[in-house]
Amino acid sequence: MDDRITEKLKILADAAKYDVSCSSSGGKRKNENKGLGNAEGMGICHSYTEDGRCVSLLKILLTNHCIFDCAYCVTRKSNDIKRAAFTMQEVVDLTINFYRRNYIEGLFLSSGIFSNADYTMERLVRIAKKLRQEEKFNGYIHLKTIPGASEELIKEAGLYADRLSVNIELPSEKSLIALAPEKNYSEILLPMNNIKQQLVQAKEEKKLFKSAPAFAPAGQSTQLIVGASAENDQQILQLSSQLYKDYSLKRVYYSGYVPVSSDSRLPIITEPPIIRENRIYQADWLMRFYGFDVKEILDDSNPHLDLDIDPKLSWALRNRHVFPVELNTADYEMVLRVPGIGVKSAKKIVSARRFASLNYEHLRQMGVVLKRAKYFITCQQKSLQPYDFDSQRIRNKILFGDGAVRSPLLTQQLDLFRQVG
Amino acid sequence: MHLYTYEGTFEGLLTVVFEAYERKAWPTAIEQEQVAQPGIFGTTIAVVTDEEKAQRVWKGLQHRLSATARKQLYYTYLWEQPGFELIIFNYIKLAFGTSENIEGNFTAPCVLQVQQAAKQLHREKHRMEAFVRFQKTTNELYYAHIEPDFNVLPVIIEHFTKRYADQRWAIYDTRRRYGAYYDLHSTTFVTLDAAPCKGMGVLPESAITQQEKTYQQLWQVYFDHVNIVERKNPKLHLRHVPKRYWKYLSEKQPRLQA
Repeated sequence: MDDRITEKLKILADAAKYDVSCSSSGGKRKNENKGLGNAEGMGICHSYTEDGRCVSLLKILLTNHCIFDCAYCVTRKSNDIKRAAFTMQEVVDLTINFYRRNYIEGLFLSSGIFSNADYTMERLVRIAKKLRQEEKFNGYIHLKTIPGASEELIKEAGLYADRLSVNIELPSEKSLIALAPEKNYSEILLPMNNIKQQLVQAKEEKKLFKSAPAFAPAGQSTQLIVGASAENDQQILQLSSQLYKDYSLKRVYYSGYVPVSSDSRLPIITEPPIIRENRIYQADWLMRFYGFDVKEILDDSNPHLDLDIDPKLSWALRNRHVFPVELNTADYEMVLRVPGIGVKSAKKIVSARRFASLNYEHLRQMGVVLKRAKYFITCQQKSLQPYDFDSQRIRNKILFGDGAVRSPLLTQQLDLFRQVG
Repeated sequence: MHLYTYEGTFEGLLTVVFEAYERKAWPTAIEQEQVAQPGIFGTTIAVVTDEEKAQRVWKGLQHRLSATARKQLYYTYLWEQPGFELIIFNYIKLAFGTSENIEGNFTAPCVLQVQQAAKQLHREKHRMEAFVRFQKTTNELYYAHIEPDFNVLPVIIEHFTKRYADQRWAIYDTRRRYGAYYDLHSTTFVTLDAAPCKGMGVLPESAITQQEKTYQQLWQVYFDHVNIVERKNPKLHLRHVPKRYWKYLSEKQPRLQA
């Protein structure tokens, strides 16, 4: 019996791992029934895989049998791989027993589509329901919404799950048609909109009646695959920006395409675009936490993120007219826009300067890193830079100057660049 | 030159603050009485813990500091690194010395130090909440042991008590030789006469069920298969899970055979 479970776990964890969502935060489920688990507050990463991604949930497919044939997906119908399916009880047992040993924060359950969308979705919902009602499980549950599932099922899913997500995967309708013939945008956006409406409604009801049932308290998220289709970074980030604004998504995840198939519909790539994915995440952070509009990060003349430098530095080099920023007087929003100064440092600076006029020694003690910032700031009107460098010089100094630390992934690429330059 | 000694508790330390104000004699050092080394110069003042005096200092702080800042002071106490007593004293003195709220004054060294100590403790707390791995024993107890860099046990038990309300569990700090035990009703601190030895295989074979081994093995299988080989990034992996924490993690132990 154990061997069979082991085999299923291998297959169905393998198949689920390309979904990069890992968050376990934002749930508000308290352990009030003397049951198992508590999902209020902060998420916890219980481990990290050797590729450096966090493991916080038991992330599995219910089955990798699938009637769809999406080119980018390892589970696609035409792929010759081993297939398996968990029973509902097996998923429940694994979740509970892993949770009791403090291996995980909860369950992330997705599935290949068997029979039809509703049939599949119903099973996902039943597992979540069983965990909540029979096992008194208050840990985190993230359910995937199957494209095309009915409104009623999505509504029920939201009662048991902390987060719901619908994956868009391909950043344009054109690519979707080419690579995922059975899917279409309206079928994906419909449930997304549905979930959004439910979230709004549940919030309103909660205001009126404290006892109103919560609906997916950790909100909804989605995923976009980067590098399986031809969209540029501008198109991808415009889509994300729209999803954050119009669909109030909590998160958009980006998954650098890992060549899982030799499907002729796909570009031939040998390595996942890890640096590009990283830059897109940085840009996403700028939109969510740094007050940047997508139009400031990329525009028609700069449709690609610079792979060598981060998007905030890139923006600063294009907008030298707003610098230098005097840290003792500038608005918080402007301090936050200085390359190298993050949210924590910016808050500390704004807080500390109420007590004393800050000098560079203060900044050093507070742990503010000046390697990049020094080209863009003054402190008590003093600059650490004796000369006024142009943007190209600053870029080179940051990339190649003394003490420049860069990712080993970039080093090789930059060395080539230096030989040419 | 005033060396204050106390018996090592947080209340004791607050009593030192009270006594220093009472005498108007600011400490040049504060040390635990077992380890204190009286200097040749100056006076040594041995402070006996007094609940009431400690309470008065704490109440005074409640008027001047937010709950977050008070928690940071307690965290600095649990941080236990050399000189923490004086850092706490200086912070309290700064807070009592002005009607302004000093919490955000990062230009004052003691405010920065408290903030940094509390941050380190908080990190270790969070790591323990993540990396504790319970093993289920034959008598239905979920057991784990830890050797944290700082004394985090008092601040992690709330998390585990809320989370595992329906199972008996125990966490033992092998470095500080005390533990916490939850008996389905409340969590209490316990000490053991024979302290368990170190390492993941701390429990004897006979104390663990076959089911426990099965789930440890399944967890290892899961851990191996959720990894994407094409994206291997050992540097990032180590940054998240420094080697000194591997001893806790069943997924980092030799692979079990089915």
